[in-house]
Amino acid sequence: MTETKTPERAQPEAITAVPVRHPGRWVAIVVLAIVAAMFVHMLLTNDAFQWQFMFDNMFRPPVLQGVRTSLTLTVLSMVIGVALGVVIAMMRLSPNPVLSGGAWLYTWFFRAVPRIVLLILFGNLGILYGSYGFGLPFDRQLGDLVGIDLNARLFSLDARTILTGFMAGLLGLALSEAAYMAEIVRAGMKAVDPGQQEAAHALGMGRGPTLRRIVLPQAMRVIVPPTGNETIAMLKDTSLVAFVPVTNELFYQLQAIGARTFQVFPMLVAACLWYLALTSVLMVGQFYVERYFSKGFGTGQEKARAQAENVAHGH
Amino acid sequence: MAAGSPLLQMERVNKHFGDLHVLQDVDLEVDPGEVVVVVGPSGSGKSTLCRTINRLEPIDDGVIRLEGRPLPDEGRALARLRSDVGMVFQQFNLFAHKSVLDNVTLGPIKVRGQSRSEAERRARELLARVGVENQAHKLPAQLSGGQQQRVAIARALAMDPKLLLFDEPTSALDPEMINEVLDVMRDLAAAGMTMIVISHEMGFARSAANRVVFMDGGRILEAAPPEEFFASPRTERAKDFLSKIISH
Repeated sequence: MTETKTPERAQPEAITAVPVRHPGRWVAIVVLAIVAAMFVHMLLTNDAFQWQFMFDNMFRPPVLQGVRTSLTLTVLSMVIGVALGVVIAMMRLSPNPVLSGGAWLYTWFFRAVPRIVLLILFGNLGILYGSYGFGLPFDRQLGDLVGIDLNARLFSLDARTILTGFMAGLLGLALSEAAYMAEIVRAGMKAVDPGQQEAAHALGMGRGPTLRRIVLPQAMRVIVPPTGNETIAMLKDTSLVAFVPVTNELFYQLQAIGARTFQVFPMLVAACLWYLALTSVLMVGQFYVERYFSKGFGTGQEKARAQAENVAHGH
Repeated sequence: MAAGSPLLQMERVNKHFGDLHVLQDVDLEVDPGEVVVVVGPSGSGKSTLCRTINRLEPIDDGVIRLEGRPLPDEGRALARLRSDVGMVFQQFNLFAHKSVLDNVTLGPIKVRGQSRSEAERRARELLARVGVENQAHKLPAQLSGGQQQRVAIARALAMDPKLLLFDEPTSALDPEMINEVLDVMRDLAAAGMTMIVISHEMGFARSAANRVVFMDGGRILEAAPPEEFFASPRTERAKDFLSKIISH
């Protein structure tokens, strides 16, 4: 641009810029500061908190064992839940009406029954059968039909050895999680542009490889954030297995100390702090995992920068 | 395959979408090395025609033969057929989570069973041929539309297809990027690739097509060499269509 001579004109007065004022913010800050001060004051002065007692007891070996159990339960039930959820989601999207109907029935049942009811039910499955056998189904009935004493049982297990509290809790949490995960995975797969599947089919890839290599990896971007939420929710829900009962679990242990020492409230606060700490760690992990799976779907900014680079390199 | 026999034969092909009769008694033969450009108004059945050839859309009635053999219904035979018929889509449909190079090598490695090094060597050749060799490690979203479509062409070529289908390959592109894609397609046509191109690019039809097919209402109304079709269309419908296209 070259400067052109403009006819002499009176210079307009400089504009004095005044920042926008936000009086509402200051009011809110004052109100919140007062509330916060009241809260801290209560924490420090109310004797019922028994801070010293709480800190002395919340790291005792049984409690740490409880933390381990809760984390193990979380990891195992999420692994089973996600794996089973993917299978159920694939069944649900299958053109085969029996498979998709079965998948619908599964999600309907496990989403409709509250987790705590499910857990107590699983804890009492020992009432149904004393032992669980694996082999040909309906072997006795079939044997009766042809008039022989048929026993095609490969092996059988005592209900009390397999359905320990831990197994019952794990089963209840994992099966119910699978139903939620199936819905999340299904939504993720449906969010992938159908053109991606068509392109894979056009290359000659079958249904299975297309789902595994093209659809699922892209669905992950949609699946991962709610799965992180599910994991965090699962960690919290492991406290429900105290009702199965699973006795070596975090919440049960903290409550047990509270009940034994008649210091119920400090131990409940300890439970809050433990769950807060554990879920915070999970949230940090979730942040990094989400960033990894959003690959290929950069923000507008990233895309613009990449295109600017193209232009700079002269393509 | 006997010499001189057509690569693709469509006989009395019919297809319905509900009540809509999208393909009505379509007959079409394409010889090896021929370039056929299909033109016609929106909704005339052009895209559907294209998609029936690799069975992305099944047909209700009639026969489609590739090298004299009817199209298989499903399963492995269908997958093999599709791997022999390349397809380029309007929306590119590059695999969004894979690099440009991986997009091109996926088919050869997973479907053809080539080694990775062999597939990558060939992919780099093809990317150079379509002029995007510098972008091999980028993700599709980092490329311009024209570049993405050229990668999509390279991906289709990597399978060494007997026939290439183009479903409106330039309709989603900015005007200034259309020519870079059409140039690649012209080179392919000149190199003897058999191509069926659904397109609104009359300039391309004029310069690269052996035959122009005009469709309307699910029927093929005319099929003629481009000079003949553009100079003296036989049907009123084609005259009307051309007058609307050429007027601006």
